[in-house]
Amino acid sequence: MEEILSTVFEVKKTLKVRRSCKWLVLLIGLILVDLLAGCASNEDNAVPALPKKGRLRVATTTSLYDTGLWGYLEPMFEKRYGVELDVLYAGTGIALEYGRRGDVDVITVHDRAREEQFIAEGLGTERVPFAYNYFVIVGPEKDPAGIRGLTPEEAFRKIEETRAAPFISRGDESGTHVREKQIWAGAGYNYENIRKSGDWYVEAGTGMGATLAMAAEKGAYTLSDVGTFLAYQSKTGLVPLVSKGAGLLNVYTAIVCSKTKSREAAENLVTFLTSEEIQSLIGRYGAADYGAPLFTPCAGQPEPTS
Amino acid sequence: MGDLWDAIVEAMRLIVSLDPEVMEIAWRSLWIAAISSGVSFLLISLPLGCLIHFNEFPGKGLVIGLIQTLFSMPAVAVGLIVFVLFSRSGPLGVLDLLFTPAVMIIGQIILVTPVTLGLVISALRGIDKAVPETAVALGASPWQAALVTVREAKFAIVTAYVMGFARAISEVGVSIMVGGNIRGYTRTLTTAISLETSKGAIEFSLALGFILIFIALLVNVVLFQLQHRRVYALWRS
Repeated sequence: MEEILSTVFEVKKTLKVRRSCKWLVLLIGLILVDLLAGCASNEDNAVPALPKKGRLRVATTTSLYDTGLWGYLEPMFEKRYGVELDVLYAGTGIALEYGRRGDVDVITVHDRAREEQFIAEGLGTERVPFAYNYFVIVGPEKDPAGIRGLTPEEAFRKIEETRAAPFISRGDESGTHVREKQIWAGAGYNYENIRKSGDWYVEAGTGMGATLAMAAEKGAYTLSDVGTFLAYQSKTGLVPLVSKGAGLLNVYTAIVCSKTKSREAAENLVTFLTSEEIQSLIGRYGAADYGAPLFTPCAGQPEPTS
Repeated sequence: MGDLWDAIVEAMRLIVSLDPEVMEIAWRSLWIAAISSGVSFLLISLPLGCLIHFNEFPGKGLVIGLIQTLFSMPAVAVGLIVFVLFSRSGPLGVLDLLFTPAVMIIGQIILVTPVTLGLVISALRGIDKAVPETAVALGASPWQAALVTVREAKFAIVTAYVMGFARAISEVGVSIMVGGNIRGYTRTLTTAISLETSKGAIEFSLALGFILIFIALLVNVVLFQLQHRRVYALWRS
């Protein structure tokens, strides 16, 4: 720095230019102050991160985040175990990918087939179901396609045949999207044909909350987990039209990823989720705000099948 | 219109009440962007820009053209590349930096460097060749002649930093892709806006947007003061 400064002064003298590089020195000074401020606060943040006791990462399907459940549980876990919990929200597809790459320690997802494949590939140790609810087909109150009370497959067929209102798909390989594809298949359609069949079928490519908001905006139908739907019901004004039928069961599981470097903390998180106390909190979560609990706890019981 | 007005009121309320979560997010946005644009400008673009401008070499035009092409590098693409590099299964995975503020800074440096570098070079190119030539004629060494050019280009060079900062603080692709939008750790104003909008909290998102603009305004006022002071001094002399 001194060298630079003395060069600056040399030039100043030689060329007899007043206030030669003062502006540059000022700007550099300002940026350095910025940097120092930045470094200082960076350290503040880094202090808990540096000793590796620090952080545990969980990637969760958006429905467990958009409903606020993870935001509710996170501080409890952090307090109890003295670990910083980083919650990343993503569709089941990207959550599994994070787990596969070793970027997160635990995943909470809801797509049985892909979870089982994940375990079979040795990427995770065990599927631990900890809560469930149901998918619902939701849409505008006036139900232009007339699907109220049908089975899920019949409802999808009716939506496709009448095309009275758009259908918004998550379109993001999330657990909900995979379930939607299964229902299309169950209704006798080739999904690729559905995708290409016109403007009525909209691929949102976003999380559950945003998809519901879009469906409300367009007066459209969509498939949602009931938890996110209830959490958004008052904002969107959508109503549940089909909520019964095999194939609407939605089981959330926690999986410890094999590549985790904090196995103990990761297992603590699963223990935490399945503990009696937290299970009962999950079972009551949302009841006060939405009139009904958003999830049914199921840890330690046989996995529900219908 | 009602929405916008409500959002402005909400933004005011959040600023005045110093809402701790919003302040924390805003501060994080500010320092991450300040570090990335600062490092990019001071350590990379200023020296490298001078090196490129003051030296003749084959393919110079091509290099400059390439830098300008990279101005429009999409932030999500940069985010994805940085993600793949720093993911635990990637080549730099051992550093264990993914989903930390550090890797967001790295990503933003990659994102803004073409902008700061390109603008530093074009600032220098804007100065008449007669300026350094005169300096040499007056007995300046090549180094001193270069410094004279840099000094002459000062306004445009400050603009290069301002543009770098602007691109860094306003981007969302890199931050969300490699930072993960973790509450209390890697959440910035732009990633919070993206999340809150997806939750349907439009008014709150808009308020965050106004706070972002407000921060940009403050930074620009400070930098403008810096430029203005020099203008004033020039006018006096």
